[in-house]
Amino acid sequence: MKLPDKTTTMESAIAAIPDGATVMLGGFGVPGTPFLMIRELVRQNKRDLTIIKNDANETGMGVDHLLVAGCVRRLITTHLGLNANAIRMMNAGEIEVEFCAQGMLAERIRAGGAGLKAIVTDIGIDTEMGAGKPRVEVNGETAMIETALRADVAVLHAAQADPFGNLCYAATARNFSPLMAMAAKTVIVETEKLVALGALAPDHVHTPGPFVDHVVHIPELSEEYAVVRR
Amino acid sequence: MSDAKLRLIARAARDIAPGMTVNLGIGLPTQVVNHLGPDFPVCLHTENGMTGIGPTLPFDAADRNLIDAGGAYVSPIPGSAYFDSATSFAMVRSGRLDLTMLGAFEVAENGDLANWKIPGKFSPGAGGGMELAQKARRVVVLTTHTDRAGNPKLLTRCTLPLTAAGCVDRIFTDMAVIDVTPAGFALRELARSVTVAQVKKATGAALHLPEGDIPTF
Repeated sequence: MKLPDKTTTMESAIAAIPDGATVMLGGFGVPGTPFLMIRELVRQNKRDLTIIKNDANETGMGVDHLLVAGCVRRLITTHLGLNANAIRMMNAGEIEVEFCAQGMLAERIRAGGAGLKAIVTDIGIDTEMGAGKPRVEVNGETAMIETALRADVAVLHAAQADPFGNLCYAATARNFSPLMAMAAKTVIVETEKLVALGALAPDHVHTPGPFVDHVVHIPELSEEYAVVRR
Repeated sequence: MSDAKLRLIARAARDIAPGMTVNLGIGLPTQVVNHLGPDFPVCLHTENGMTGIGPTLPFDAADRNLIDAGGAYVSPIPGSAYFDSATSFAMVRSGRLDLTMLGAFEVAENGDLANWKIPGKFSPGAGGGMELAQKARRVVVLTTHTDRAGNPKLLTRCTLPLTAAGCVDRIFTDMAVIDVTPAGFALRELARSVTVAQVKKATGAALHLPEGDIPTF
């Protein structure tokens, strides 16, 4: 037996994403953000997207290109502190923003990937983030229901992948990517290195190939992946 | 940075006990790392998926894939680990963090903390602050005693949206060390050349005084 080959081109992988799709994007700041795939989303002029990502990158980088190009209707995120443009667009009503506590965003995505409908938590229960969410009693304590998150597509960045889609991430570039890989109908990965089947030791795989649909090799990185000199 | 701020950071660092797992929030708390010696046994955690944070690196020496939650380029130390965001917050919510140090807009005498939103002015989202404030075993705040306009940040009740209720144990300011007790704010230490009267005037709630001499830092 031999594992299937899922390699494809960036253009065709992104072309399959329809307008109006819900798209999860990996990354926390620069590490893990699929900058080249984001550029391709902009180039193909996608409209009306719901983006799920930890942050909106910085002004002039990554998610900000999607915002400026008018591709985004709604953003589900935890923090926009480094992107003044995103905050301005939110305040002006040009995009809808749903804020989550960061660990709740992670856990809602993990739950979606695990086939669960919701999670029960007390995070944010005494804050405005807990307002309006259904309450339940669990073992004598009040908790609330947070719905699970799934997406039509997850677009992720890996340090290494094989053609079947077994993935390894580098350092803090892992963040939300293994969770999003489980929680989307279609998972598209850009990888810095494309290695042969068997080159990744089975014990070292971070995301197993069955979660991944398309693998795109990006032999050269753009400047956006580099160290940000603030 | 002012001498008073540097002293409050150095004083806060002395509350980190050997063996602790600690998360240092963005702002003044991040600076605490500069007061932890290379041989001091402590495990620093960052929300974006790392334990065992080493020194911050200059841009020329940085690894593009290795940042802390505030975006600073950090380094690993022997024994560091990387993990995903769900694992990172499982660590927080299951009580594995002995201590978190956070910034604040307001702290109330009942331990309520507001540090993520000023309606109409500043609303970037809370990031991982809610889980840290709600679930770390000990929550301390590092802040200036008053805001830029001179208004007190230590209040009877918070006026801004809460990050978490009843979570703060101790506050380090440029004027004093203050504990949150069932009776309210209790003065523990004074910054050098600051008087009790000055602290009382700059605090927007009752301040309980200790018996006897008040240590200085």
